[in-house]
Amino acid sequence: MNRINSPEELEELRKAIIQKRVFERPCITVCSGTGCHAYGCEKVTKAFLDEVNRKNLREKVHIRTTGCHGFCEQGPIVVIHPEGIFYRRVKVEDVQEIVSETIIAKRVIDRLLYVDSNTGKKVMYEKDVPFYKKQQRIIFGNNGLIDPKNIDDYLAVGGYKALSKVLSGLTPEGTIDIIKQSGLRGRGGAGFPTGRKWELVRKQKGDGKHIICNADEGDPGAYMDRSLLEGNPHSVIEGMIIGAYAIGAKSGWVYVRKEYPLAVENIQIAIDQAREYGLLSKDILGSGCNFNIRIVKGAGAFVAGEETALMFSIEGKRGVPRQRPPFPAQKGLWGEPTNINNVETWANVPKIIEKGSDWFASIGTKTSKGTKIFSLVGKVRNTGLVEVPMGTTLQEVVFDIGGGAPDGKKVKAVHIGGPSGGCIPQELFHLPVDYESLTGAGAIMGSGGMIVMDEDTCMVDIAKYFANFLQDESCGKCVPCREGTQRMFQILADITEGKGKEEDLQLLEELGNVIKATSLCGLGQTAPNGVLSSIKYFKDEYFAHIRDKKCPAGVCKPLIKYTIDAEKCIGCGLCKKNCPADATVGELKEPHSIIQDRCIKCGICRDVCKCDAVTIS
Amino acid sequence: MAEAPMNLEKCIRRHDGFLVPILQDIQEHYHYLPEEVLKEVADKLKLPLRDVYGVATFYRSFSLTPKGKHIITVCLGTACHVRGGERIVEIISRELGIRAGDTTEDLKFTLETVNCLGACALGPIVVIDSEYHGQMTTAKAARFLKELRGSEWGKEDE
Repeated sequence: MNRINSPEELEELRKAIIQKRVFERPCITVCSGTGCHAYGCEKVTKAFLDEVNRKNLREKVHIRTTGCHGFCEQGPIVVIHPEGIFYRRVKVEDVQEIVSETIIAKRVIDRLLYVDSNTGKKVMYEKDVPFYKKQQRIIFGNNGLIDPKNIDDYLAVGGYKALSKVLSGLTPEGTIDIIKQSGLRGRGGAGFPTGRKWELVRKQKGDGKHIICNADEGDPGAYMDRSLLEGNPHSVIEGMIIGAYAIGAKSGWVYVRKEYPLAVENIQIAIDQAREYGLLSKDILGSGCNFNIRIVKGAGAFVAGEETALMFSIEGKRGVPRQRPPFPAQKGLWGEPTNINNVETWANVPKIIEKGSDWFASIGTKTSKGTKIFSLVGKVRNTGLVEVPMGTTLQEVVFDIGGGAPDGKKVKAVHIGGPSGGCIPQELFHLPVDYESLTGAGAIMGSGGMIVMDEDTCMVDIAKYFANFLQDESCGKCVPCREGTQRMFQILADITEGKGKEEDLQLLEELGNVIKATSLCGLGQTAPNGVLSSIKYFKDEYFAHIRDKKCPAGVCKPLIKYTIDAEKCIGCGLCKKNCPADATVGELKEPHSIIQDRCIKCGICRDVCKCDAVTIS
Repeated sequence: MAEAPMNLEKCIRRHDGFLVPILQDIQEHYHYLPEEVLKEVADKLKLPLRDVYGVATFYRSFSLTPKGKHIITVCLGTACHVRGGERIVEIISRELGIRAGDTTEDLKFTLETVNCLGACALGPIVVIDSEYHGQMTTAKAARFLKELRGSEWGKEDE
């Protein structure tokens, strides 16, 4: 790799890379995000390489491992270019056939195509899959095209063009203006205007300024930042270099969760490659601008995602938040002015610079501009990452893209915004997804976790789940959060055990409001959202637990009973064989039954029953 | 765990004296943070031991006690939770006779939970020795455990 010394040299290199690539040549892309990894995509990739070698097609066919395509439910995903033929759930055994049929004989293999669950029709091309149709993938789109471990792939799709534009003509102030006018707001949760944040740091005196990429994606059920870092790390790095130039920062930090090993690996490779090309380190593209990025791995603390806690964590201390002001823009890392943005925010920056603030501001709603990536998970048919313009309704996201709940169940609510967020019932699915609407409904945008819940999800149990999460993750520094989250959890645990009282609801609301008003940091200030919103929208479920001692969804163990329907049971003995507590009894070919005293309510009998004879009451 | 002692000097230099990554390397090497190594770290970084201890006990990925040969991690992210992750922890916990977060006395198994692995489409997920097993059910988990337990505890009987 040769160092690039000017924007002109960058363009020459880009041209050379594009020219070298014969685009007519078939290219087999294998998705290599964490989801597809878990499905075994590595073996599929190896099988493709072996097969192509065996058939002496090495020079004629490209095999490329790419970042996450988003449709994780269907992994491992293989797309054949240039046509864009979309194969899902590809196994090693399918590889030979794909090469001989699709690559050589140009025939599509029917059984590997995606079937539209609404129409029953098979879909041939990736762009026609309903999951992608309503999306606008401006940040996420390149994930499926490029190999994240190869900087040339990023350059081939126009990467670092924005940086080149900034360094060859824009002033730092001019750059900040573009970001301000675009209306970009932070994608990490609170939604603070990015341009204004940059300006605050720019105006601070001194040479030692820092920028941080917050990749401590701690919200359970959210993984878009992980996918961006894994799938398109250079877009984040490019955003950070532009930010560093605008702010006047010389050192950058990526704080990433250690639970994301592939993201750590890919961002490190990307940083090394950018450095070799001279896009990081000294005199970037001959502009005189110096900037370097260092990776810090988180050590497992949810609260460390809070900006002041995160900075202490980088400094090697306990990741506990502190009082603001002073804000990080005034006193951040080692007391120096610091600008923190989230992964997705950084990835938006190059696009805005390249295409202009007007273009960006034309997408979305009046106050929320651009797109947002959500991780659509839980009880939903099409699980995965979706990128939609701000203002898209929940109905569109959950049903048109997500396909509703599986197995014909009824969707009850979505939980948005992780532990700081809240639930929104199906009656409010006409709401547009933007910062203000979600906050107004009792949830928050958060980083973008969207967990779908169906009739088998108990809303009290979910409230308890988040309360447990928060009492565990509360750092303990301030009393309202430390004590308050514990009490909330205890009250909710009592309710799910059938020991709740009607006054408990009022107590929860009172306690919740105190925690919100008096906690030190964002964790505590938003901790009661989940509980309060579930009481607001699902009071009847609380009453069922408190008054009737029943869990309507059949989740809360002390309130449920497993029984076997004698009419449905064929006496196959599977439940008896698998029961870990010897609670299931019966003779072969005779209806079985459960001895309630012995039953530990693990649900194995229900999982293994082939004739749906085990019921929860 | 009879590990060769790690080169602490080198590790401190590599991380420019940053405490968290140093502890991460120690954790990875020994599978826990031995007391004498923590004392050495404090000494070399010229930090009070209480600060090192404070950091070591703050973050979830550090452990002051040795971990088992096999590490079983159950994801309890929200997506896994609504699909029944909790029931899977209970069944594994019962099979091994330990609670989540604990290690069997013979240091063969550690059972852990994690807040989210970010592979929600596959939930519920169980990771056994770094290998992901998705769409887990209680029945499947019980089967896995029986096999694993048999291979480990079976061997000891021989």
